[in-house]
Amino acid sequence: MTAAASNRRLLIKLLLGAVVMFAFAIFVLPPLYNLFCEITGLGGKTGGEYKAVDVRVDTSREVSVRFVASNNAYMPWEFRPTQDKVVVHPGEPTEITYYARNTTDRDMVSQAIPSLVPNIVADYFHKTECFCFENQPLAAGEEVDMKLVFIIDPDLPEGVKNLTLSYTIFDITDRVTNPVAQLQ
Amino acid sequence: MAHGPATLADGWKAYISRWVFTTNHKDIGTLYLWFSFAMFILGGAFAMIIRAELFQPGMQLIKPEFFNQMTTMHGLVMVFGAIMPAFVGLANWMIPLMIGAPDMALPRMNNLSFWILPFAFAILTSTLFMEGGGPNFGWTFYAPLSTTYAPESVNFFIFAIHIMGASSIMGSINIIATVMNMRAPGMTYMKMPLFVWTWVITAFLLVAVMPVLAGAVTMMLMDINFGTSFFNAAGGGDPVLFQHVFWFFGHPEVYIIILPAFGVVSQIIPTFSRKPLFGYSSMVYATAAIAFLSFVVWAHHMFTVGMPIAGELYFMYATMLIAVPTGVKVFNWITTMYKGSLTFETPMLFSIAFVILFTFGGFTGLMLSIAAADMQYHDTYFVVAHFHYVMVAGAVFSGTAAIYYWLPKWCGKMYNETMGQVQFWVAFIGFNIAFMPQHFLGLAGMPRRYADYGLQFADWNMVSSIGAFIYGGAQIMLLINVILTIRNGKPVADEKVWEGAEGLEWTVATPAPYHTFEKPPEVK
Repeated sequence: MTAAASNRRLLIKLLLGAVVMFAFAIFVLPPLYNLFCEITGLGGKTGGEYKAVDVRVDTSREVSVRFVASNNAYMPWEFRPTQDKVVVHPGEPTEITYYARNTTDRDMVSQAIPSLVPNIVADYFHKTECFCFENQPLAAGEEVDMKLVFIIDPDLPEGVKNLTLSYTIFDITDRVTNPVAQLQ
Repeated sequence: MAHGPATLADGWKAYISRWVFTTNHKDIGTLYLWFSFAMFILGGAFAMIIRAELFQPGMQLIKPEFFNQMTTMHGLVMVFGAIMPAFVGLANWMIPLMIGAPDMALPRMNNLSFWILPFAFAILTSTLFMEGGGPNFGWTFYAPLSTTYAPESVNFFIFAIHIMGASSIMGSINIIATVMNMRAPGMTYMKMPLFVWTWVITAFLLVAVMPVLAGAVTMMLMDINFGTSFFNAAGGGDPVLFQHVFWFFGHPEVYIIILPAFGVVSQIIPTFSRKPLFGYSSMVYATAAIAFLSFVVWAHHMFTVGMPIAGELYFMYATMLIAVPTGVKVFNWITTMYKGSLTFETPMLFSIAFVILFTFGGFTGLMLSIAAADMQYHDTYFVVAHFHYVMVAGAVFSGTAAIYYWLPKWCGKMYNETMGQVQFWVAFIGFNIAFMPQHFLGLAGMPRRYADYGLQFADWNMVSSIGAFIYGGAQIMLLINVILTIRNGKPVADEKVWEGAEGLEWTVATPAPYHTFEKPPEVK
């Protein structure tokens, strides 16, 4: 093989390597990161809808759950939990609500994103029903009480007595009307 | 030899055509070196603005928004515009000479990889004049600062990063192909000079991680313009993902910057110790080990992001492990000097200062690697001091040493030794006055990237600014010395230039002819 030909082969191989690394960064790293967070429960992201099975209420323990609400920047809605704190037994389904009001004079769509502290026990916080599973449209001036039903897993590690669940509400009006947004 | 290069005597047109269309590795090396020096001056000017503003507490000279643009642009220009192209320039000039090749393996791609760089930096710098200003989110451009809250010029920034990445990847491929395919007969891998070894390992790192950087900015581009949510929590993304992707590129990047510097120092110290490099093969393996470890330690840049304790411990210990191969290198440099007949010409002074100050920066790196302690150090001036000790006293000192060391071979004239040594001492003292106090500021709690600070930080900031101005002045002395050497330096006839120099690059005539090794040399 001539020097020029072997140079060209090496060039092609290395360029391919670069393309593979580019694809790795865009198509592999983000799903890998999400998978990693899901497995480890990192990032405080609580899971999706939970189907309650064989409810065993552990009345010997009490866990206090606090609720927090915050608005993302540029989100003008009024948004707050209707009660600040509940004390529950693990295994017991509990219903609470968050109140939201569209304070603007235009129709908007919102999405609430949950986060749980301490985030290492996010996997023990199950939601059978949650307003965060869907986006929430509100007409101008409209208000709503949004429902959340949760069960704390009886296997919640001993020593965890307080949980704080936070929702941040985001304005996604543009994204919903924008068809490209549905891709992601 | 077919024909020589066009000179000014052949007219402007021929002269400009020569540089624009050149495929000669020495011409392209020269272009890279001048370009990187120009960027070094530009990035240095940004640094001077930063230090002038921080001379006293309160806002005197510029607005905070502009200050943020200055810290961002200083980092970007220095990393991507000054240090990286400087070492690519050295690689272009020296690698073919060191391995007995007539030129780089892919000369036309070599031309392309240089000539897209000025456009990238023209685009990047032009953002400063745009409405809303240039990038102001730090050189690490964390989302959402660089996406949701970015100035509109961020798209130009992204495009500039793409071009720089393409340039780096092409340059690296060229170096790998040259080293793998163009070595003179008898030049086995384990006979290659260490500068060649460190560069080929660096080139593999670049091919692996520059595409990841391109991926990160592409995801930013899509988040900003096409409604995706890679880094946007509102759409189910995660800003922390950006930090992981960025540092997966960013940590190998810091070794990309420092490994060629190791190579330069490994050439210079044996020359002026008049002894062969101690532990050649351990140097090669240590370089490879550092390169490998650089891929598995990235999250030590983000200890405060909220990792589980297992993650913190893993990244802490893995990071500390890097001290082992680095320690091997420092040990070998010192042992090379041990019982050598040392002389202290300017390149040697810079190299010794490199070993001392880089080791110092390495130790502060070890302090930062302790996850529990990093909670205190994170994002303070302690970090700023640390990475300037390894990047400036590391990469820039070694680059300066390389210029003094090889300049006589390049242009056939000797630089002014007295002026060189004066420049060294001004640079050495100025550097330490500038950056040593930043350790104290950081430990006292001064956060980085702020345009203003509390009164308790005033004294050390003033000292640091004075040091920075001295250090900036030293670079002007370097420029003057280089220009004076080229214009009317004392001619050097000796092929070896330096008494203790070894290697193929010292077997060609001085100054190095336009075409060398058209017939491969014999390697014993």
